[in-house]
Amino acid sequence: MIKFFREFHPHTLRIIALAIVLMLTILFFASQIDGYFSPRMLNRIATSVAVILPIAIGQAMVVISRNIDLSVGSIVGISAYLIGDYLGTHPDIHPVIVVGMALALGSLCGAINGALVAYGRVPSIIVTLGTLALFRTYLVEYSGARSITTSGLPEWLVDLPQRTIFSIGSFDMRLTVAMSLVAAIVFWVALSRLRVARKLYAVGSNPDAAIIAGINSSLVVFVSFVLSGMLAGLAGFMFLAKFGNITVVAGLGFELKSVAAVVVGGVNIFGGSGSIIGVVIGTVLVDTIDNSLTRWAIVSEFWREALLGMLIMIAVATDTFMARSFGRMKGKTK
Amino acid sequence: MTLEKLKSWEGLLLIILILTILANATLAPQFLTLQNQINLFQLSIEKIIVALAMTLIIINAEIDLSVASIMGLAACTFGVLVENGTPAGFAILFCILLGALAGAFNALWIAYFHIPSLVVTLAMLIMYRGIARVLLEDRGINGFPQWFGDLGQKAFFGPFPLGLFIFFLFLIVLGVVLHRTGFGREVFVIGTNAEVARFSGVRVSRVKTILFVVSGAVSALAGLLYAGRLASVRGDAAAGFELDIITMVLLGGVSVFGGRGTIIGVLFSILIVLNLRNGMALMNITGHIQTAVIGLLLIISVLGPNLAERVRFSGRVKTTI
Repeated sequence: MIKFFREFHPHTLRIIALAIVLMLTILFFASQIDGYFSPRMLNRIATSVAVILPIAIGQAMVVISRNIDLSVGSIVGISAYLIGDYLGTHPDIHPVIVVGMALALGSLCGAINGALVAYGRVPSIIVTLGTLALFRTYLVEYSGARSITTSGLPEWLVDLPQRTIFSIGSFDMRLTVAMSLVAAIVFWVALSRLRVARKLYAVGSNPDAAIIAGINSSLVVFVSFVLSGMLAGLAGFMFLAKFGNITVVAGLGFELKSVAAVVVGGVNIFGGSGSIIGVVIGTVLVDTIDNSLTRWAIVSEFWREALLGMLIMIAVATDTFMARSFGRMKGKTK
Repeated sequence: MTLEKLKSWEGLLLIILILTILANATLAPQFLTLQNQINLFQLSIEKIIVALAMTLIIINAEIDLSVASIMGLAACTFGVLVENGTPAGFAILFCILLGALAGAFNALWIAYFHIPSLVVTLAMLIMYRGIARVLLEDRGINGFPQWFGDLGQKAFFGPFPLGLFIFFLFLIVLGVVLHRTGFGREVFVIGTNAEVARFSGVRVSRVKTILFVVSGAVSALAGLLYAGRLASVRGDAAAGFELDIITMVLLGGVSVFGGRGTIIGVLFSILIVLNLRNGMALMNITGHIQTAVIGLLLIISVLGPNLAERVRFSGRVKTTI
């Protein structure tokens, strides 16, 4: 057994620990909820994960660089509302351009955060607490208490959540889910294979050493915030497509949800380590818990939050302890 | 006050505060009345009380995101207890103990299992709020005893309400503890470098536990004041207050990385935030713009000195992070 574990890097062991926790969670709910393994449930969780996953990936990159982005919820709101509003008056725009606009809008918000953190040298928690309020206020003022409704949106967008690329049995691979997965794969490959991505980890694990090693750490931090904003913009587009009706509170609370997904996914909150695979599993785990609790007959819907908080704590604790004891096992055999 | 002192963070805050008060007094004639000054405190009294406890936690290089949920939990528990015929005095005591227990539960994970406080209190933010919702579901409770509502709303001694006394009592007690006792030094030392503190014989886990228990109990007390002031509770009582509270502390010059900060700085920042909000309210500026102005102030207050320093040192070789 020990010999088996010795083959793996500690980070790989962490992912394995997390995957075990996810499997146990699924098995637990399967034993509690009738017909849990139905394609409908899978679809429900997949479409819900699709919105939050891009935000979690962006958040992960920011956290790996030893920062935090609390403004993502407000960026999701701005992107969803402004794009929806624009489509109301310009319904003929090509869908690809619409997505591009959402990404650009998010990137712009992220660039503001990034410039203040990287070049203004203001701690990220302060900057993003500020922009969390500023972006949301901008949205409230811009909206003038109007909300976006499905009737004002072009047909292709309203139909988008039902768009299916292919089906396995009665599980449908939705287009939005595929978009999210593509984003995850792109960033997974980039972060684990590209040399430039190693700079992100270097800056996060030791900023002094990174600068001395000739890394432009300001640029790295700036780019991580731009990417986080861009992905939040993408999530805003998904949010608009999924719900259709957008008020000024769209995306409220996503900052904490994304941080929860990232830390459950095993990204070190103090920077320097973490993987996109972990973030994907973490996001799926948090969302599975969230969606399954609403289906669980034993508990009323009011128990959802209490149990969610407890289960996140258990998941993080289990993951931490398992990773620690794996690490110790590895240490002993050396 | 010497010129040197004015250059410090607290000096900067004091100047901003004086400017705010002058602007308010000029623009809104009713600003300087005693009743308006009391109202200004009373409208955010729960947040500023919790901000004092949060100051110690952030100086200790930790963070407590669960404070607002503990406020809500205490308020809802109080509501349910009173509704079921428990004497209100006993219910108050029970709720404060419950808050301390919630803080101790946070501390268990943070101080003894070494899971980062940001993670622990984020999960507990969700869980404690969830328990409050389980208790009240979608109801509201408002049948509190008359004296309890009076404590939250009416003048307690002279023209001043009870919350104001609690705030100034905590301000003095926590100020003395932080700046004049050995325990206070330990809080700073741990915040600067927990590893060094541990090797120097500081009982790090114990200090952290005390801070989180105090934060929990103070939050519960603040939650009860909130229930009294509004004379009703709901499952979402005090939701989202944690961000306002942390903003006040950070604006007060407390380093988010720990080890640096003063109670006086936080007092100034609280006064600035309250005066700004009050002044804007008197000029009919809505809540959302108020929040944005304070967000902007938070960023500028850190950005400004940073840029000024960079201009001053621009000629020299400098390695900063």
